[in-house]
Amino acid sequence: MTAVQDAPEGAEKEIGRARRRKEDGRLITGRTRWTDNLNLPGMLHLAMVRSPFAHARINSIDTTEAAEAPNVVAVLTGADLADSQGVCINAWPITPEQVTPTHLPIPTDRVAFAGEIVAVVVARSAAEARDAAELVDVDYEDLPAAIGLKAAVTDEVLAHPDLGTNKSAFWRFDSAEAGTGGDVDEAIAKAREDGIVVEREFRQQRLIPAFMEPRSVVVDPTGEQITVWSATQIPHILRFALAATTGVPESKIRVIAPDVGGGFGGKLQQTPEEMIAFAVARRLGKPVKYTETRSESLMSAHHGRDQWQTLTLAADKEGNVTGLKVELLADLGAYVAIVGGGVPVLGAFMFNAIYKFPAYQFNCQTVLTNTTWTDAYRGAGRPEATFGIERMMDELAAELGVDPLEVRERNWIKHEEFPFTTVAGLEYDSGNYEAATARAMEMFGYDELRAEQKRRREENDPVQLGIGVSTFTEMCGLAPSRVLGSLDYGAGGWEHASVRMLATGTVEVVTGASAHGQGHETAFSQIVADRLGVPFESVEVLHGDTQVAHRGLDTYGSRSLVVGGEALVRAADKVIERAKPFAAHLLEASEDDLTFSDGRFQVAGTDQGIGLTEVAAAAFTAHNLPDGAEPSIDAEATYDPVNFNYPHGTHLCAVEVDTETGAIKMRKYVCCDDIGNVINPLIVAGQVHGGLVQGIAQALWEEAVYDESGTLVSGSFVDYLVPTAADTVSFEVDHTTTPALTNSLGTKGVGEAGTIASTPAVVNAVVDAVRHLGVNDIQMPCTPERVWKAIQGAGDGGPDTQGAAMPHFEGDGVAGNQEQPGTASTEGAGA
Amino acid sequence: MTRINLTVDGAKVADDVEPRMLLVQYLRERLGKTGTVIGCDTSNCGACTVHLDGTSVKSCNVLAVQADGGVVVTIEGLAATYDGGELHPVQEAFRECHGLQCGFCTPGMIMQSTALLEENPNPTEEEIRLGLEGNLCRCTGYHNIVKAVQHAAGQRSGSEQDAGAQA
Repeated sequence: MTAVQDAPEGAEKEIGRARRRKEDGRLITGRTRWTDNLNLPGMLHLAMVRSPFAHARINSIDTTEAAEAPNVVAVLTGADLADSQGVCINAWPITPEQVTPTHLPIPTDRVAFAGEIVAVVVARSAAEARDAAELVDVDYEDLPAAIGLKAAVTDEVLAHPDLGTNKSAFWRFDSAEAGTGGDVDEAIAKAREDGIVVEREFRQQRLIPAFMEPRSVVVDPTGEQITVWSATQIPHILRFALAATTGVPESKIRVIAPDVGGGFGGKLQQTPEEMIAFAVARRLGKPVKYTETRSESLMSAHHGRDQWQTLTLAADKEGNVTGLKVELLADLGAYVAIVGGGVPVLGAFMFNAIYKFPAYQFNCQTVLTNTTWTDAYRGAGRPEATFGIERMMDELAAELGVDPLEVRERNWIKHEEFPFTTVAGLEYDSGNYEAATARAMEMFGYDELRAEQKRRREENDPVQLGIGVSTFTEMCGLAPSRVLGSLDYGAGGWEHASVRMLATGTVEVVTGASAHGQGHETAFSQIVADRLGVPFESVEVLHGDTQVAHRGLDTYGSRSLVVGGEALVRAADKVIERAKPFAAHLLEASEDDLTFSDGRFQVAGTDQGIGLTEVAAAAFTAHNLPDGAEPSIDAEATYDPVNFNYPHGTHLCAVEVDTETGAIKMRKYVCCDDIGNVINPLIVAGQVHGGLVQGIAQALWEEAVYDESGTLVSGSFVDYLVPTAADTVSFEVDHTTTPALTNSLGTKGVGEAGTIASTPAVVNAVVDAVRHLGVNDIQMPCTPERVWKAIQGAGDGGPDTQGAAMPHFEGDGVAGNQEQPGTASTEGAGA
Repeated sequence: MTRINLTVDGAKVADDVEPRMLLVQYLRERLGKTGTVIGCDTSNCGACTVHLDGTSVKSCNVLAVQADGGVVVTIEGLAATYDGGELHPVQEAFRECHGLQCGFCTPGMIMQSTALLEENPNPTEEEIRLGLEGNLCRCTGYHNIVKAVQHAAGQRSGSEQDAGAQA
């Protein structure tokens, strides 16, 4: 960079540059501000006493011994904290009738999942608090636990006996009723007569977000505002929830999300631990800190996914899909989390994916069980939907005996058909599925790999090659507030930004988005640098503190760039607008004659001009401004998106499956995502890579496993298989660019893309490798054992396929793959 | 309480510690070396990786008393104890290759990568992946971490005259 004040004329645009991240300087040198790093004078430490039982009555809690342990300050139960502990809220009751158990941070009479907090120990050190927590004597009366979706939905065992049912809410979308399409039952009936009907049941196993930084919260009640530092994605929503449920005025609460070590939806929550820390700090008048252990995190931070999907797809004989019917069971866990019930409902709009289905129906029953609550995990509802439909399109292709890409192309929306209103009622603004698919196939060497696959089949190679396809689109950029309102969500979906022009020429940008690893500081600096024509280095992005970013709706749902970024653009444009009369005044010219580019106002047809930062300095001194002008060019904007945002892509995966052992080796993974205009290609690639591995991990390794008594068997990193570098491969990632039409920058979300598309691509590849052996599904995670059993079962049809292969909809009751009440979700993994 | 004496990031330190205190707790709680972090409780994640007497260790798996008399280097002292610069080449490579996102695993990843390259200055991709198997990352999918290690290895073998591609 040349050392000039303003960006030189014709300077390289920042948008599109692979800028190295501003954030990294601190992170690579350990100069970090994780919540657990905080240490305040007189700070006390909390340890939680957690129930080992999934469902039990609390008869009594004896805290005497714990209270006498060294350096213990207090031992508190739910009864002690009473109303001061507030309540954990559900912000999205999906139906007016939704059955929603009250979720106290510390329940007083009954625990509803293993890991639920029954008491909190406060001590001078974390180690002493933990030692004393072992001494709290809780008398539990074990109650039968509702475990496993299919068992729980029968209401034989109740997760919350007082509610009388485990069925929380039933949500339906029907295209005939909505006027967006035809009658799905008619379409299915017709296809049964004269067409193709594909019926499958898929398991979306339960996953754990497993962000690397364990959750931590510090509360300092000694200031005029109570300050809460939390490892959260949602400082603004947390502040709202604290105020709304404890009676402390919102203006008396400051929430700070300092450096936050990943979230993936897992830190999109108002947690019992935050509520407890807040209550204890207020009660004792001292700063307190609670940092969870990894084991606590895995058992009590919310989980994701966990559905059974029953899908019926109707098509004509040529493979044109005529209807799709979706019936979901979704496990909420013990409580309806902040957006817990809404997560599967987000999938309602995405099962029809990139396709032109004439008829569609989505039914979702949410179910309460005595397990850890579930909520958003990267993709939130959309990976589940994409998995379902992309598996079905492969099954349809197999039925037809055509290439899976061919059947997709027959059904997808052609690029010239945009904007396109889908059968689920969304308007897709732009896209080019043909282009992304063509590019992905080219990168992949699709035809060559198909040829190799054929060769290996013919040679009866014990190691078979499978090719998996997944296309996808997602609705991201949550969300138009009116749409959220129509879905009974309790808040809006706007975002806020402000731009402060400092007197010495640098710029502070405040965003209501709350980054936790995404690189907002870098990407947002690039946007502002271009918009205002100031150097990238001159822009400072501030976020994650309600005192600094006073308005915001935080970071989730791939919204930061497409909603928060647009707010930023609008705030920056307002700065220019406000500066213009000042510039005209200073140049003694008419506003009409001024143009603005590269950070300068120029009088048209002259060499006269003034830099924006010079105007900022003039506004600061305010010595020479137009009469009556307010001496500031700072500006803010709140942006409410008009539509969702629809990135899409085509992912191709090749795996080798050892038919003798069931072992899977990933050979190649290629994807071409269309995420519109790219602000920073380096950050985008990183988002895709990380997303891919999380999605691949669902396909192959990860599963939260409960035993029949409701104990989380996969409760540590020994048992919950987050992949390592040695498990994974390098990827080939590329992009086609169809700009979004609903925001100024033409950008689309990218945070969830990789996760959404990769899971079905991998499972499709695994099934493809062994389909000729009679296998048409393998339950996730596709462990070698499951793959091997599926092959064996298909080979001889013997009884040992139970729980592994999935012969769907067999006439005689429970099919082999289906969950036996209370046992089958544990099948094959960890146990 | 047991008296320990050790060198951490080039400074001599002495403290009385409980025998059960882990090295990572000692670093964070007693020395304020919060650059080194704790990511799990089963020694799987490697976020707490530091160098002890020249080799990488998971500092949650070492008692503070075991480090008595030893030389510990953390992410905070890596560059200074290497060549006195601001960034070690591996740190620089992680930034250059976007080998981090949230940054929580990064101190451990960098410390492990540094040790890996000490042992094997020109690793293959597979050797890198195996060498980092004890360190979990949830953000990057490892793709760019592997690239960063390759980049650092290339820098090293590419130019002998000066190891520091200074920022």
